[in-house]
Amino acid sequence: MSSFLSQEVPLSWYLMLSAILFSLGVLGFLIKRNLITVFMSIELMLNGVNLSFVTFAHQWHQVRGQIFVFFVMMVAAAEAAVGLAIIIAVFRARATLAVDRIDLMKL
Amino acid sequence: MNGPLHLWLIPLLPFLGFLVNGLFGRGLPKRVVTAIALLAPLAAFGVVIHCAVDAFGIGTPAVALPYTQTYGQWLNLGALHVDFSFVLDELSLVMLLVVTGVGFLIHIYSVGYMKEDGGYARYFSYLNLFLFFMTTLVLAGNALLMFVGWEGVGLASYLLIGFWFQKKTAADAGKKAFVVNRIGDFGFLIGMFLLLANFGTLTFSEIALKLAQNPAWTGGVLTVTALCMLLGATGKSAQLPLYIWLPDAMEGPTPVSALIHAATMVTAGVYMIARTHVLFDHSLFALSVVAIIGAATALFAATIALVQTDIKRVLAYSTISQLGYMFLGCGVAAYSAAIFHLMTHAFFKALLFLAAGSVIHGLGGEQDLRKMGGLRKKMPVTFWTMTMGVIAIAGIPPWAGFFSKDAILYSAFQQGSLGKVLYFVGLVTAALTAFYMFRLWYLTFTGESRSHDAHPHESSWSMLGPLVILAALSICGGWIGIDRFGRFLSSVTGPTIDPATAPGGKSLDLVLSGVAVAVALIGWFVAHLFYSKRTERPAELAAAVPAGYKLLANKYYVDEFYGATVVKPLLAFSTYVLGWVVDKAILGGAAWLLGGIATFSGALLQRWQSGNIRSYAAWLAAGAAAVLLFLVVPWPTVWPASIDFVWKVMGH
Repeated sequence: MSSFLSQEVPLSWYLMLSAILFSLGVLGFLIKRNLITVFMSIELMLNGVNLSFVTFAHQWHQVRGQIFVFFVMMVAAAEAAVGLAIIIAVFRARATLAVDRIDLMKL
Repeated sequence: MNGPLHLWLIPLLPFLGFLVNGLFGRGLPKRVVTAIALLAPLAAFGVVIHCAVDAFGIGTPAVALPYTQTYGQWLNLGALHVDFSFVLDELSLVMLLVVTGVGFLIHIYSVGYMKEDGGYARYFSYLNLFLFFMTTLVLAGNALLMFVGWEGVGLASYLLIGFWFQKKTAADAGKKAFVVNRIGDFGFLIGMFLLLANFGTLTFSEIALKLAQNPAWTGGVLTVTALCMLLGATGKSAQLPLYIWLPDAMEGPTPVSALIHAATMVTAGVYMIARTHVLFDHSLFALSVVAIIGAATALFAATIALVQTDIKRVLAYSTISQLGYMFLGCGVAAYSAAIFHLMTHAFFKALLFLAAGSVIHGLGGEQDLRKMGGLRKKMPVTFWTMTMGVIAIAGIPPWAGFFSKDAILYSAFQQGSLGKVLYFVGLVTAALTAFYMFRLWYLTFTGESRSHDAHPHESSWSMLGPLVILAALSICGGWIGIDRFGRFLSSVTGPTIDPATAPGGKSLDLVLSGVAVAVALIGWFVAHLFYSKRTERPAELAAAVPAGYKLLANKYYVDEFYGATVVKPLLAFSTYVLGWVVDKAILGGAAWLLGGIATFSGALLQRWQSGNIRSYAAWLAAGAAAVLLFLVVPWPTVWPASIDFVWKVMGH
């Protein structure tokens, strides 16, 4: 048991988790109607990608991947600030957050 | 520029006149327009005189002829070199003197003739434009530059024939002239291509040099080239079979008929043959064709002129006939005689047209000979000057026409048996010429007035002045004699026959001259009998041979023949084959098909553009997945296997 714990988690597990997270994000983006859930799904995709960055950075002993993660986090934070502001504005104006109803831009 | 002469000024001055009058003429006062229009050709004439003095002046000549000026390279494509170059030699000098000199006189005349016209400035700008192109044509040192002038004078001719474009007949005549000339231009173009292919140059002097180096080179491709050039010449100079545009061109103002369609532009074909005569000299066949076309046209047009009743049309057919003489002269290799006749013809035919214009002007626009008569007392100056022109064209010495016509006929007589046949054709034509010119003269000036209401009046002196000058030239223009004239041109056109050493000697020359004069007098006498003594005779004769009269009056039905054989089939071909099949069915169908494909596929793809963000995202994800699959899966092995698998699953 201890030998199992002492062993390192193999690379592929991380990558698989990353892929699963990303796919869940895509799935949520596609099927969820609530704007906030869609937004969270996007965050999930970003974090799925972050995980693979970190994994490879650790694997190849390179710091670049980790720096990229910081960039992504920063963009995600900015996105969250702007996105949530937009969501609040939309809700105030339309009293709904269902993406199907927010279709004023459609021809 | 490079040299003591300024040849470039000769075309440029009329061009400036064209620009100023064409662009600003409508806003300028009439006096300024007139001044510009007259100064341009006068200044060009002055430059030509200056050139002549420099070349043949007192003391040592300042320049030696031929004098070439090159203003730059035009085309430089591989083996093809064409320069902007002007050449002044004896031939172009004679032409320039005629073009700018007679041109200037006709400009003066036009001031009076077009006084009342609304398009006064437009008229003079076109006239100056014509002089620009004509002098370019004459001065051109190579065939391509000549072609520029050639097309340019065609344009000016088109513009001036259709000057009164509100009149449908005038607009149609302009188009006809342009289209018929295109056929000739096609020949000229092909001729140039052949020159380029065989000589590698379009410069006249180089072509002459190459031919001089290969005296044994005759016939074959040279014949074809010469015949192509001849086709161009027949178009411009209104010879068989392309003469049909010239009679219709009389729709233009009369001074235009005098300048362009009698004195200068229509002689461009003769000039072109004289300019490229080395080609023709190397092909006896082409020369014979030139001579036969010339003689046939001379006779053909003269017979039509016998019965025409429109004063300008008589003169138009007479012009065609006289141009036929010039071609005959070229065809018997008597180029200097042809140019001699070109010059004297320019004098007396311009005079005749201008006098006819004066008559028309005095009668308030009447052109029908049957409604004239008795104008001798009413318009004395016009009468006397026109009489000079009539005698000159009839070929009675010592008027100018006699000398040049006699020179051509004499040269024809010296050229073997074909030449003798053509000589007799020319002789018959001379008799006809004298007849129809005196017919015109009697109908216009003698007898009782047959006009209804017009009060004939003599024209103003701006019109009569040029008439008097041209009358003087029509009298003395030939006194220089073909011997001196031929010697003058001999460095360009080659030697002329010297009667003293030719077979038959001087006596033959005298006999032939006597015969020509006798024939002309017979023509006059017959006209006198018909139109002065017993004026009912022509009608009796016409009634006696109705078929012949009808044939002539309808101009041998040539227009109708061309209409039925060329115009109608072409029109039908254009309407049905090109219009319906090619344009509507093939091109229209293809456009419709392409448009249909675009519309249909657009309608299909439009469904993708749902506006639903999540469907876009789904497609994006699917695309990304597909790319991933393609990259990750080793497809050359897996895909066939999976297809095989699907195949099996489906039960095969």
